Amino acid sequence: MYNFDFEKPSTVADAVAALATEEAQPLGGGQTLLPTMKQRLASPSKLVSLTGIAEMKGVCKGDDGSVCIGGATNHATVASEAASQYPALAALAGGIGDPAVRNRGTIGGSLANNDPAACYPSAALASGATIVTNSRQIAADDYFQGMFTTALEEGEIITEVRFPVPEVANYQKFEQPASRFALVGVYVAKYADGVRVAVTGASESGVFRWTEAEAALSGNFSADAIDGLSVSADGMIGDLHGTGAYRAHLVKVLTKRAVAAAS
Amino acid sequence: MAKVSMTVNGKTVSGEVEGRTLLVDFLRSDLRLTGTHVGCDTSQCGACTVHVDGIAVKSCTMLAAEADGAHVATIEGQAAADGTLNALQQAFQDHHGLQCGFCTPGMVMAAADLLKNNPKPSEAEVRHHLEGNICRCTGYHNIVKAIMAASGQDVSQIAAE
Repeated sequence: MYNFDFEKPSTVADAVAALATEEAQPLGGGQTLLPTMKQRLASPSKLVSLTGIAEMKGVCKGDDGSVCIGGATNHATVASEAASQYPALAALAGGIGDPAVRNRGTIGGSLANNDPAACYPSAALASGATIVTNSRQIAADDYFQGMFTTALEEGEIITEVRFPVPEVANYQKFEQPASRFALVGVYVAKYADGVRVAVTGASESGVFRWTEAEAALSGNFSADAIDGLSVSADGMIGDLHGTGAYRAHLVKVLTKRAVAAAS
Repeated sequence: MAKVSMTVNGKTVSGEVEGRTLLVDFLRSDLRLTGTHVGCDTSQCGACTVHVDGIAVKSCTMLAAEADGAHVATIEGQAAADGTLNALQQAFQDHHGLQCGFCTPGMVMAAADLLKNNPKPSEAEVRHHLEGNICRCTGYHNIVKAIMAASGQDVSQIAAE
């Protein structure tokens, strides 16, 4: 990879200042960014590591009962520390990559990158999470704007993610065994005011909500409720691992499995 | 170039690194600790697994500068000073947990990370924990067996398929 300057600030304010340099980029755990840089698909002038910022690490319980996770919290920590408050989210975190990757990769890094096959975007969207940055709060429904595209501005840092805790939830991941990313992943979360279903890995537009299934499941939370629905293959990702039609089929299968596992 | 210093296998070390210097390159090229291997260089294979502040990481996907001030443990620090293998290394030898040996440093470090947090893992837990470590020789059975044996469990019923 091309060379760059490296900084590791200990406060959010210092990180924001360090990111003011042209072509500077924040570095979470680096489990995606460093391989990308090795391939010279990215060549920032400076990396600003966020993992030395103590206020951005850890899992806590918000005043409204939500789970708040610091943006620089790694997946292994979420898997263990969020398990009692929000087990489905902890299970998702515990299934990302492999143990060594989970020890480095962060929730903020995953959401900022918004890989179309990453796990976390589905949890954030299905949970109606709030993405908290150094300057504002963004609702998950407004945050995800397509493959590798988010509402974040240049130099904006995800400091925290707040997840309202559902009555029940489940994530079903059909794993692409070589990369361990989701070939398709479906996150179902049932709240008092309705059910939300978010799908990752499938669409060329990135993570999305399957609103027809949400409507059906909000009236009847059982796997049978979506029997009559189907997902169009239009706009689905097709590659050597699976066609668009195959992914569209998986969306329904995994949604049913998630509902069955959650109810 | 920036100065980094860290503790590697109990010894304080320092060096000058570029921003892009990977931890594995610092270990291998600067410190000449070549037991940590680079297999894929894409964080898939786990041959470069070391411990940073007590947790397993892939040192090909971490910058040396990120480890500034950290405690790093590599395969070289696992045996006793007189060369006596630790229980895990000895179990790999006893149960033929390696053939060519290229993946073994990463396997041993990944397994040590597992046993620290889960001293008596089930066979399924061992296999799950090794998802990020690839071995092209053994078919994994004897690696799993060695790790189970090192945890003090009876491995006579585990088939060496």
